[in-house]
Amino acid sequence: MALLQNILWAAFLLVVVLGFVTYAIYFERKVIGWIQLRKGPNRVGPLGLFQTVADVLKLLIKEDTIPNKADRFLFILAPVITFVPAFVVLATIPYTADWQFADLNVGLLYYFALSSISTIGILLGGWASNNKYSLLGGMRSAAQMISYEVPLVMSVVGVILLSGSLSLNTIVEGQAGGFWNWNFLPQIVGFIIFIIAAVSELNRTPFDLPEAESELVAGYHVEYSGFRFAFFMLAEYVYVYAIAALTTILFLGGWHSPLPFLDFIPGIIWFILKFSSIVFFLFWIRATLPRIRVDHLMSLGWKVLLPLALVNIFVTTIIIEIFK
Amino acid sequence: MIRTEELLLNVGPQHPSTHGVFRIIVKLDGEVITEATPVIGYLHRGTEKLAENLTYTQVIPYTDRMDYVSAMTNNYVLCHAVETLMDLEIPERAEFLRLIVMELQRIASHLVWWGTYLLDIGAMSPFLYAFREREMIINMFNELCGARLTYFYMRVGGVKWDAPEGWIDKVRDFIPYMRDKLDEYEQLVSGNEIFLARVKGVGKYDAQTAIDYGLSGANLRSTGVKFDLRKNQPYSIYDRFEFDVPVQTEGDCYARYLVRFEEIKQSLRILEQAVEQFPEDGKIMAKVPRVIRPPEGEVYTRIESPRGEIGCHIVSKKKPQPYRLKFRRPSFVNLQILPKLLVGETMTNLVTILGGIDIVLGEVDG
Repeated sequence: MALLQNILWAAFLLVVVLGFVTYAIYFERKVIGWIQLRKGPNRVGPLGLFQTVADVLKLLIKEDTIPNKADRFLFILAPVITFVPAFVVLATIPYTADWQFADLNVGLLYYFALSSISTIGILLGGWASNNKYSLLGGMRSAAQMISYEVPLVMSVVGVILLSGSLSLNTIVEGQAGGFWNWNFLPQIVGFIIFIIAAVSELNRTPFDLPEAESELVAGYHVEYSGFRFAFFMLAEYVYVYAIAALTTILFLGGWHSPLPFLDFIPGIIWFILKFSSIVFFLFWIRATLPRIRVDHLMSLGWKVLLPLALVNIFVTTIIIEIFK
Repeated sequence: MIRTEELLLNVGPQHPSTHGVFRIIVKLDGEVITEATPVIGYLHRGTEKLAENLTYTQVIPYTDRMDYVSAMTNNYVLCHAVETLMDLEIPERAEFLRLIVMELQRIASHLVWWGTYLLDIGAMSPFLYAFREREMIINMFNELCGARLTYFYMRVGGVKWDAPEGWIDKVRDFIPYMRDKLDEYEQLVSGNEIFLARVKGVGKYDAQTAIDYGLSGANLRSTGVKFDLRKNQPYSIYDRFEFDVPVQTEGDCYARYLVRFEEIKQSLRILEQAVEQFPEDGKIMAKVPRVIRPPEGEVYTRIESPRGEIGCHIVSKKKPQPYRLKFRRPSFVNLQILPKLLVGETMTNLVTILGGIDIVLGEVDG
């Protein structure tokens, strides 16, 4: 019985995430459309709501092509390796106090450990395609994700120190009672580093170098088409979901209301609101910023973000010791 | 010593950032370019050879298709050459119309450049903003001559169509609107840290190199050489208007960006004065014989197109067709410095530098 329940829950989560991805893509195209004086999708279904469905359907029924000189096995494997961790990390995300699929004691560690597996998929895809552009894209991606993984993890150490736990649930519990208790205030440096590193982890503008259209055409997925390409895109948007959820949990108080008298509004509403504003932020910067250069990206990661994150940990530790 | 294997990468002719069918073969060491060989000619149509079998008026549409982003200036350089050879007097109203469309064209052309350059650098929105403003100019041209891109507007001796009712007012209204939008552009892009980091100090050369390579236009003026044919060798009626020649001294991509941006402002200044002085009425065509047979001789005229010095050399044997017609195409000349600039740069800078030169493939290939 318990097993069946678990499976049902997992299926439910899958539906929620896929629904999110479908409408996140729609929302992104709408938002960017508005910013760029366009209307965005408005033809398929009412208000264009089925545009993404049509797009995905198109990808699914496309001919599945594998380049002749590609490494077939790795070529097929790469999208799967990218895609699976993206879903697996979602298990530990607490949406409300009792709505969580797996309350691990090391939830945060689990998240970071698994999400970095996706990089391997991207690198493999870039290499297995046997295309120079995708190889360059894959190499860039590997370099970028490794460089930004470090500040990303370092930036949340402050949060871990404050709450004394790696469990995402406990981290949110510690931020109850109004927005002044949320982690983004005491951890403002960590918050900013986290956002920058997260955008970079997501390979989104201004850090979308691995798929830099103007130089590398499409980067690591240049040879992919049909549903294999859809898997890469899906993984990307699932990570948007995951990072937005993680930011909400770590820095914006999870399901807690910003002011105590607003507590009557269910936590899930607050969670969705905060979560959506992060997603909107990601779309917004995509429409307004140019792309950073690869060497600047590296020096920003190693010379600015990492030292800052270390200083942040140091200062946080000292302050916690003093006010203990 | 660490050494990576050399990678031969073919960029183009179908590539999002080569602005058409330009192809460049680069040797990469990691991400650093060690050698770059441009390959051109994918859009070669033999305009100059074709012209030898066409009358002068029939050649004008071919000039539209050379630099298709700036067709008006191309129209003008050919007409100007024939008129110089024939020693024609152009009616005042026609000269004003020509000048107004050429300056509008310069703005439109620089807007295309601005938008696509930002697109190359990875910002999507500026492209659409620039095209909104360009669309207004194109609509004005459409009203004037019924075409949006290949105008075929000018003729030897004047222009084909007179400005319709209220057209000049539209141009007048466009000037403050465009100024307003330029401020918006500046806020959006010119101060952006990422943008500055991408273009500052990239693709640098000095004035002597620029002159040695025969560069012209913004590519030359970005190195501190104050040379603009509208000022240095005034043609049409440019000597009647007040405007500055924007110059920068750094010679990098950012300097070229600033020069072009400032040129839009100066073009607006010229337009403002031209619209004020626009003659109430008058002829738009000089008295030109039905069959144009310029006297025997040679002529070379040059004007300032948005991309640089465009020249037209005609050898006439007193026939309706030119004996030999040669265009000095600024995009082609400016492109020659590219292999030199690319050595030692990264793949990312390839796009920045190529975009900064501002080439139009129709003109490069001729």
